Amino acid sequence: MADPMKIRAQMQGDTADIRVLMSHPMETGQRKDPQGKVVPAHHIQSITATVAGKLVLDGQIGAAVSRNPVFGFKVKGVKAGDKVVITWVDNKGDKRTDEATIG
Amino acid sequence: MDALRRTLLKGAGATGAIAAAIAAGVLKPSQALAAEWNKNAFEARDLAGALKGLGAGGAADSKDIVIKAPDIAENGAVVPVDVASNIPNTQSISVLVDKNPFPLAAHFDFANGALPQVAVRLKMGQTSNIHVIAKADGKSYVAAKEVKVTVGGCGG
Repeated sequence: MADPMKIRAQMQGDTADIRVLMSHPMETGQRKDPQGKVVPAHHIQSITATVAGKLVLDGQIGAAVSRNPVFGFKVKGVKAGDKVVITWVDNKGDKRTDEATIG
Repeated sequence: MDALRRTLLKGAGATGAIAAAIAAGVLKPSQALAAEWNKNAFEARDLAGALKGLGAGGAADSKDIVIKAPDIAENGAVVPVDVASNIPNTQSISVLVDKNPFPLAAHFDFANGALPQVAVRLKMGQTSNIHVIAKADGKSYVAAKEVKVTVGGCGG
């Protein structure tokens, strides 16, 4: 299982500013190891974020996203205390879900 | 002897329950996803192919898409890109790097009050245009910005 995500969610006026750092190697499948063998692709394919049980962001990402991806997004119409749940799934079927509370 | 057997059976039963719970958990996120990973678009090797995969051929130029990215990126492995769309009813945003081996980098669908803006960090193999596609009311809009890369971030 991968390391936990770091999620920061804060209200700024009437919008919530949510930032998430995921811990993932994000191998592109282009890189070679010192023996000259191609390192197989291993990257996150989809991320979903819900706030207070409602889906707000549904993302599909490719290998071109940097290692240990950071995503930032904003949501209107939510309030402090709402629960943010973020899930990612990678191309090997690994997944991780973490949650935070909007502060 | 008998007691040990009971314990073992109990243990096996509990493991089974956990496995079932994990299986149920695995099913949940895939149901929540609006769409499966768009293989055609992500595995396209050129911009035109990726746009076709996204169903965004013939997108109109728009000044309402704001792309914040550095003019010169010293490290192509981490290029911060901040994208926002001021087009009303923007439903999704896609980010493409023209000259990457696979141009499509990310695609986001917004719902339930999420503002159509997102910040990501991308890898860029070389100096290239970043294209951003926004979809609103079934129409596609596009904007581009060039980022000069001094050290590439794809390959080794």
